Amino acid sequence: MGNKILMKGAEVLGEAAVKAGCRLYFGYPITPQNEAPAYMAKRLPEVNGTFVQAESEVAAINMLYGASAAGHRVMTTSSSPGISLMMEGVSYCAGAELPVVIVNVMRGGPGLGGIGPSQADYFQATKGGGHGDYKIITLAPTNLQEQADLIFKAFDLADKYRIPVMILSDGLLGQIMEAVEYKDEIKPEDLAKKEWAATGRDPKREKNLINSLDLDLDGLERHNHKLQKRYKEIENTEVMCEEYKTDDAKIVVVAYGTTARIAKTAIDKVREEGLKVGLIRPITLWPFPSENIKNALQKENVKAFYVFELSAGQMIEDVQLCVNAKKPVNFYGRLGGNVPSPDELAEKIREIY
Amino acid sequence: MNFELCASGFGGQGVMAIGQLLSYAAVRENKFTLFLPSYGPEMRGGTANCVCMVSDKEIGSPVTQTHKNAIVMNTPSFTKFEPTIIKGGNLLVNSALINDKSNRKDINVFYVPANHIAKEAGHQVAANIVMLGALLKIENVAKYETIEQVIKEKFVAKGQKVIDINFRALKMGYDSV
Repeated sequence: MGNKILMKGAEVLGEAAVKAGCRLYFGYPITPQNEAPAYMAKRLPEVNGTFVQAESEVAAINMLYGASAAGHRVMTTSSSPGISLMMEGVSYCAGAELPVVIVNVMRGGPGLGGIGPSQADYFQATKGGGHGDYKIITLAPTNLQEQADLIFKAFDLADKYRIPVMILSDGLLGQIMEAVEYKDEIKPEDLAKKEWAATGRDPKREKNLINSLDLDLDGLERHNHKLQKRYKEIENTEVMCEEYKTDDAKIVVVAYGTTARIAKTAIDKVREEGLKVGLIRPITLWPFPSENIKNALQKENVKAFYVFELSAGQMIEDVQLCVNAKKPVNFYGRLGGNVPSPDELAEKIREIY
Repeated sequence: MNFELCASGFGGQGVMAIGQLLSYAAVRENKFTLFLPSYGPEMRGGTANCVCMVSDKEIGSPVTQTHKNAIVMNTPSFTKFEPTIIKGGNLLVNSALINDKSNRKDINVFYVPANHIAKEAGHQVAANIVMLGALLKIENVAKYETIEQVIKEKFVAKGQKVIDINFRALKMGYDSV
């Protein structure tokens, strides 16, 4: 753990982006992630980057659109109400095939809600959010080291598939401090050149046009089929998931992000009492790790699933799709920015064991 | 090792610094650590608090309902956190500002007149470091020298005089329990 430094979650987002070769950040402040724009305002000028505090989240996402169209790695961070404002722009980025990285440090909703940690934007992130048939890759870190690692991953995936990638963090992961080690440092000039980018007219090649408008019905249908094919490929190759003590489990807990680490502590507690409980922790929320759930479903020893979320039940629908009513899927969630304690989750597990 | 502390007081008493210094020390000693601040609407008037965890293993849940150790710097913090200490846990009370006494027999309570000791050490504002010193004596969470190192780093911009005051406060706190 030689090069570990203690940093606040929101600042980790910024430093990891810089280390991943991002030199452009556009955003608008909102609690609980204000330390991210504050950090970038200080950090980016040191590496010849540019920080702009946009006049609104709508402006910020469209600045991302422009910077990405010009071939740059670019990021924004916000929290739930701000992310809602960005959704039109995210749909445009998806349509125009633009790689952008968006971080949602989720807080309690709906509306302005509160500033406590939440996971109530799962549907928005994984099922659309904006209009049109599109998907965005959604990554859910569970601690600050993973939050740093997934920023690198997000930029790589965005560039590889020309797709928006969202990091689904939460108020707790934004505010805690943990030791983080940055595993790489990428210089923007070492990144592969984006041949599709609008970097100025070059008579030696075809014009590069970045656009999400196509009034030709057949043309737009072809474009949609192309996007769908790409989404299929992502579903087949980019799933990430952690399994914890699932081998002999009678109850399989499914949880992500902050809730997953609380569940892990709860599982360790009930394991000491002899209860066989494991955890499936999706790291990619889309593509959802359906195979992990289906494999658990096949196992004789697995009697039931238990989904824990900081919401009224959103990811549970993806779990239910895989389970297909063949085994019970239980649910427990805390709302409005409240977070359950490990004892609370342990008690829930004991109730159904 | 599985250390956990809740430090609580009003704004300006440096309770966040107590947790942060312990976390910085933990990183130096290659341990896992987590620092969770809590301000919110409590920032004005009531209590602000933080949780610091240090472990040899990866840290799971950042939230706990109960606490193994608590440092309380003012009366609202005493009222809020005294009942949350687990059996056999430690409660460090800033008795310079808190007149209440704990009636609990199942926890260890230490009364440290932190503000008075800090004044003697050179300045009242080092009361948090006095409490940190007392905690170090009670709980073997970090080496004394490591804490001195991280204190030095934190106050280096403020000059040697400030560092010396904090070193004295740390020592006097350590010797007070």
